[in-house]
Amino acid sequence: MIELKNVNKTFKTAKRNAGFSAAVKDLFKRDYTYVDALKDVSFTVNDGEMVGYIGPNGAGKSSTIKIMSGILTPDSGECIINGRTPWKERIEHVKDIGVVFGQRSQLWWDVPVIDSFELIRDIYKVDESSYRKMLNELTELLNIGEIIRTPARQLSLGQRMRCEIAASLLHNPKILFLDEPTIGLDAVSKIAVRGFIKTINSEHGTTVILTTHDMQDIEALTERILLIGRGRILLDGTLAELKKRNSAHKTLTVDYIGKKLEGTDKIIIRKDLDGHAEISVDTNVLSVSEAISYISSEVDVKDISVMGETSEEMVVSLYKEFKI
Amino acid sequence: MKKYMSFFKIRFIAGMQYRAAAWAGIATQFAWGGMTLLMFWAFYENGENIFPMTFPELSNYIWMQQAFLSMFMAWFFDNEIFDAIMTGNIAYELCRPIDLYNMWFIKNMAIRLSRMVLRCLPILIVAALLPYPFNLTLPPAPVYGVMFVISIFFGFLVLIAFSMLLYISAFYTLSPVGIRILATSVIEFFAGAIIPLPFFPQALQPIMYALPFASMQNTPFLIYTGYTTGFEAIRSMLLQAGWFVILLVSGKLLMKRALKKVVVQGG
Repeated sequence: MIELKNVNKTFKTAKRNAGFSAAVKDLFKRDYTYVDALKDVSFTVNDGEMVGYIGPNGAGKSSTIKIMSGILTPDSGECIINGRTPWKERIEHVKDIGVVFGQRSQLWWDVPVIDSFELIRDIYKVDESSYRKMLNELTELLNIGEIIRTPARQLSLGQRMRCEIAASLLHNPKILFLDEPTIGLDAVSKIAVRGFIKTINSEHGTTVILTTHDMQDIEALTERILLIGRGRILLDGTLAELKKRNSAHKTLTVDYIGKKLEGTDKIIIRKDLDGHAEISVDTNVLSVSEAISYISSEVDVKDISVMGETSEEMVVSLYKEFKI
Repeated sequence: MKKYMSFFKIRFIAGMQYRAAAWAGIATQFAWGGMTLLMFWAFYENGENIFPMTFPELSNYIWMQQAFLSMFMAWFFDNEIFDAIMTGNIAYELCRPIDLYNMWFIKNMAIRLSRMVLRCLPILIVAALLPYPFNLTLPPAPVYGVMFVISIFFGFLVLIAFSMLLYISAFYTLSPVGIRILATSVIEFFAGAIIPLPFFPQALQPIMYALPFASMQNTPFLIYTGYTTGFEAIRSMLLQAGWFVILLVSGKLLMKRALKKVVVQGG
């Protein structure tokens, strides 16, 4: 069980203007600004749950993950994970968790991946039989049997990421934190990684907290979403609830010939390039059929398609709604 | 303990890979040792009696210094550690059930020892075969050989415990370059890496011997050559142990403080 209560964290950053004189002035007097990375963050995650943690860059996602993994000490607030405060009992706490930082590597660059695995086994004092069992399972699920004898530096990003995830799970942790695990991966690797996370969650009952910018990750994996912006939790709910809330907007893509299409107050033209237009309609004020008949009366329509809002647009509109 | 042994092993094996570097290192250390001895020889020809060490003692000092250079070179740092702090990769190391200070300490020992193992034997053997008085000889009595082994180990620990303070300083300064250059020169000078400490002015010597730097390579090499003997040798070894404890404790405390306010850079 993960419980965060009123967690706050402020970072101090030095600021100065560009240029030589500003740099000289900076030698004597520094201006600091204080950035509230986290403000009153509270949430609870139950055992075996899978939670998507989303928000724009700099919203505080990584800071939260770092606090939960015992790396960062918050200024105030409480965080209890399986009965322990991460930063106070760091060494005991980290035995129970696995962490993947998508932008960093935990594999030793020069040695075959299997050597890194064995070192990790020794660090966590995993006994030989459970290590073998876990290694077999992981190599099979992640399809890395072929590559674990290769030095990490010779692996592609997708291969390496699969090995990174395996490395974080060798000690069979109760909780897995994934900080942008699919960043930079191609479609095939992404799907493999997602499938794997799902399996681990359902078969081992591992609690998973996942941060990502890729809405497909969220759609494929998590029921519950936590939205954070400017250090505050803005929304805590399911993806379905979110969709319901935002489904009123439809996007019409139109190919047409003739004079340039003019929008009205109900029909907003987002983009119009040489007879290819994207139009946004709020179905609460104007139905789709009304919109289509208006367009076809104005121009000669060659092709038209109607789309609901994608998750990505949903998130963008959420960001807009909360002004983050 | 097993996990630290594993760390030692993986770093030691990685360090043993660099054979070509080892041969180049051996050649350099020979040239360097030879040049140093010839330079001193030029001075000694004007009258040996005015110098604090006899020439055979000096030869022993210089060759031991060259053979065990990788254990005591102050300018060598594990860049992985600095990088981990600079780039924030330390995040992963902090997610391990392991004491960061101990781990870094072990890593440093492993890298330095792996380099030393590859280099020391050829240097010791060839130096022993050189003509008198430039050759390497055995210590004056077997007991000094034993004391040398204990003392070189403590000297090694003192040096690493000191460089740990420099690694930890990177948490505060964010760029290790300046402090590295400064610390390197100070250590090399006061440790007797450039000129053996007995050659320094009499008035300075009590201060220099009391500093932690003298407890690094100076103590074991002077014991080996027979310059420091008897009670004096035991006292200097106790001083080594004392410095090691002081540096270790302050390093651990500093690390604890640094980690409390650590800001993992980027992402």
